[in-house]
Amino acid sequence: MAGTASALLGDAQPWLQWGWIDRHLGEIGSAIGQHIELTLIAVGIGLAISLPLGYVAWRWKRWEKPLYGITGALFTVPSLALFAFLIPVTGLGRTTAEIGLVSYTLLILVRNIVAGLDSVPAEVRDAARGLGYGAGRQLVFVDLPLAAPTIIAGVRLAVVTTIGLVTVASLVGAGGGLGTLISLGQQNNFRTEVVLGAVLSVVLAAAFDVALVLVERAVTPWSRRGARG
Amino acid sequence: MWHFLGELASWYATGSHWHGSSGVPVLLWATVKIAAESVLIALAVALPVGVGLGHSGRGGFLAINVTNVGRALPAIAVLVIGVQVLGIGEPPALATLVVLSLPPVLTNAYIGVRQVDPEVTDAARGMGMTGWQVLRRVELPTALPLIAAGVRTAAVQAVATVTLAAYVSYSCLGSLILEGISVGDHVEIVAGSLLVVALALLTELALAWLQRAVTPAGIRVASRLTWSEA
Repeated sequence: MAGTASALLGDAQPWLQWGWIDRHLGEIGSAIGQHIELTLIAVGIGLAISLPLGYVAWRWKRWEKPLYGITGALFTVPSLALFAFLIPVTGLGRTTAEIGLVSYTLLILVRNIVAGLDSVPAEVRDAARGLGYGAGRQLVFVDLPLAAPTIIAGVRLAVVTTIGLVTVASLVGAGGGLGTLISLGQQNNFRTEVVLGAVLSVVLAAAFDVALVLVERAVTPWSRRGARG
Repeated sequence: MWHFLGELASWYATGSHWHGSSGVPVLLWATVKIAAESVLIALAVALPVGVGLGHSGRGGFLAINVTNVGRALPAIAVLVIGVQVLGIGEPPALATLVVLSLPPVLTNAYIGVRQVDPEVTDAARGMGMTGWQVLRRVELPTALPLIAAGVRTAAVQAVATVTLAAYVSYSCLGSLILEGISVGDHVEIVAGSLLVVALALLTELALAWLQRAVTPAGIRVASRLTWSEA
């Protein structure tokens, strides 16, 4: 590609070549698309796993410590090592990327789900019981809505973290996304691709963060302050 | 499976993997050294700033949000942009590690000092302590567990990030993983990964212990607040 030419340009190379960007909008768009898809799948699966785990940790406190221990240990494993570790098992590709990405969301999500449920005032739960709410109905219509701000704060954190980690996954050749731009740019010593990949992943993270703040406002119309994230 | 474990064991038993410039001890030391340097630099820069902001009560927005921005910055992106500015090898690696270690230290120092009960600092002032004395004898000791938590987060993250620096030709434990990937050697990939994981978990455990050790007996609470509070 632009590799040899830009290598010759050396230090005179501009940070962004708009002409190149213009000619490669399709590639850039599909990298963004892949990045979003990998992120949403990871956080979606992460939530599907974390909600029951968080409920268990909250309802039966003796499970809290072991669950934090396991998810915390997963969170501590360096991302490159985790993705690399999976390569012999699941190969180079999407599955490897997603398993790694999901495992990093668990600690963040479980902690925030437990903190959210803990923040539901005891009087409110008493009142719900007094109105004849069963355990299931109370969870869905009372506990979860009141816990929503804290849970969404966790989702925001998980999304932002995952967007950063997707770039590591593509480094080991798993998944694709904006990291592919970064590694191609690095290999070809082509600044535009490197900068574009980096800037776009930060922009993507910021955009998702703002979008989730709006979601939070929408699902908590009573707009309780105390969204601790 | 058993065959793979056997190969793994023989990788670790092979003498040549433990000697020379790409032997495990050299790579391990390169990893630990640069991670420790970056955390120390981050401490020297961010601790005074965070504690100062917390003490004066100003700049809270900055101190809190710098962590969120730091989290959104993909380490790889910072690394490769660092390469464009500083060339390959140790300089961009160290610069990246410092940039990523600053936020947790800064935010935790700020929150740590900020969350000291105002009644306690009032009482200290009432006893005739100067602002400096309040800081040194009341706020800092109380903030110490959170500051240590920030150091722990920064250090574990630094160990994880050094491995990525292998990608910009900084020779460290991550180099084993990337070399394994590039030649398709699964044994080397897993052998390298296990070493990295062990180092990360050891770092976490050692600093968790340190955090507990510096916590004054009166305030032993769960104090790893970086991601739920920041």
